[in-house]
Amino acid sequence: MSIFYYLIFPGFLFISIVGLLTAWFDRKITARIQWRKGPPIPQNFRDIFKLMIKEVVIPDTANPTIFLLAPAIALATAILAATMLGVVNMSYEVSFIGDFIVFWYILTIPSIMIILGASASGNPMSSVGASREINQLFAYELPLVIAISTVLFKVGSIGFGDILGYQAINGPFLYSISGVISFIVVLLCIQAKLGLVPFDAPEAETELGAGIFMEYSGVALGAFKLTKAILLYTTPIFLITIFWGGIKVSGFGILWVILKYILIVLLLTLIRNTNPRLRIDQSIRFFWGTMTMLSIVAFILTMFGL
Amino acid sequence: MPLGLNSLKKSIWVYHMACSPCNNCDIEILDLLTPRFDVERFGVVLVGSVRHADALLCTGMVNRQIKPRLQEAYLQASKPCIVFAIGSCAINGNIFRKSYNMAGPVDRAIKEVDPNAIIVYVPGCPPKPEAMISSVVKAIGFLDTLKAKAK
Ligand code: SF4
Repeated sequence: MSIFYYLIFPGFLFISIVGLLTAWFDRKITARIQWRKGPPIPQNFRDIFKLMIKEVVIPDTANPTIFLLAPAIALATAILAATMLGVVNMSYEVSFIGDFIVFWYILTIPSIMIILGASASGNPMSSVGASREINQLFAYELPLVIAISTVLFKVGSIGFGDILGYQAINGPFLYSISGVISFIVVLLCIQAKLGLVPFDAPEAETELGAGIFMEYSGVALGAFKLTKAILLYTTPIFLITIFWGGIKVSGFGILWVILKYILIVLLLTLIRNTNPRLRIDQSIRFFWGTMTMLSIVAFILTMFGL
Repeated sequence: MPLGLNSLKKSIWVYHMACSPCNNCDIEILDLLTPRFDVERFGVVLVGSVRHADALLCTGMVNRQIKPRLQEAYLQASKPCIVFAIGSCAINGNIFRKSYNMAGPVDRAIKEVDPNAIIVYVPGCPPKPEAMISSVVKAIGFLDTLKAKAK
């Protein structure tokens, strides 16, 4: 059964399709904002299929084992995280104590694999990208953890089941002041986690080539693209799960979830299209300054029960 | 793999390679990527690294400085990779063909390292963006023959 969960629903097959459709949605909205028509619906699927038949070039300077293992592990862990989230949402009972922390660890592994792969490629541009990715990882994890701990503080538990059960009784966390503040903080941190535009200094097409992905080609690049698409699916669902009452499939529940999901992706896309890229020091200052302050404020408000 | 080749036709990622042009062709290529022509409709995306590229857009007459670099870039690209020779300079050298630093137009430089390279010629000084789009369509036709060969 767990193999079925991992590979079909809510695992690999389902999330790849939804993730790639979301990535298409993101591109289409970007195109409409720029007054273009934009790519057709199957575009992101085509990109992945195309990358599968392309040759994989392994640079002389690279360490081939790590270079090729990194995308595979990144993809596997991204699927694992998404599956966990889906299964927990399907029935609250399967949640175990601390699965929230496990989920959080698993969700960090793709970023670390990207860093490892970029460093293993031996390309100077990639290593600059990797160092920026590390900096950014440290920058956004701090406010993110504080903002999420407001939720854990309210629930008094570190299990997804308890968080969802609490929200089912007391209403979503989003409908309180501290909830709104932490939601905004987490949304912006997710923007950085996905490497979308104001925080895409590690990738930075115009200055670093493609930065962390520069030396990747063929299937390896495809695996990274798929990982990104899956993360684009996982993170909004994660936001809905911990802040917005989780996924309910009964009645109009599924419609609401889809609306919430689209709204969050739309927000991410709009932020990405209306902001210029930040320098790495600016984004660190942003996260360790404003965002950390905001999350601490949210935490203090939670203590007063707001 | 017909699925892969079919997808390749609809998703060509291009890498812009300026081989000593007068820069007018490059401006024209950038025009091609602007909202007015919107080549993302056909899945054409400008990428930052030659490893991701399915097509090299080469402009200019290829002087001695750039020739080894062009050849290296082509060898480093992951195959199948199409070469677009954009502009009269890239095809035959245009007004620079008698120049002292001319090191052969794009096709000669590429064929030195890979005799079987697919090269698409887009004439014009500079070619219009419409001409480039039509050349992409022709290149897609070429990929069909590649598919027939694979069968
Ligand atoms: S073909 Fe004409 S426009 Fe293009 S690089 Fe040569 S001289 Fe310039």
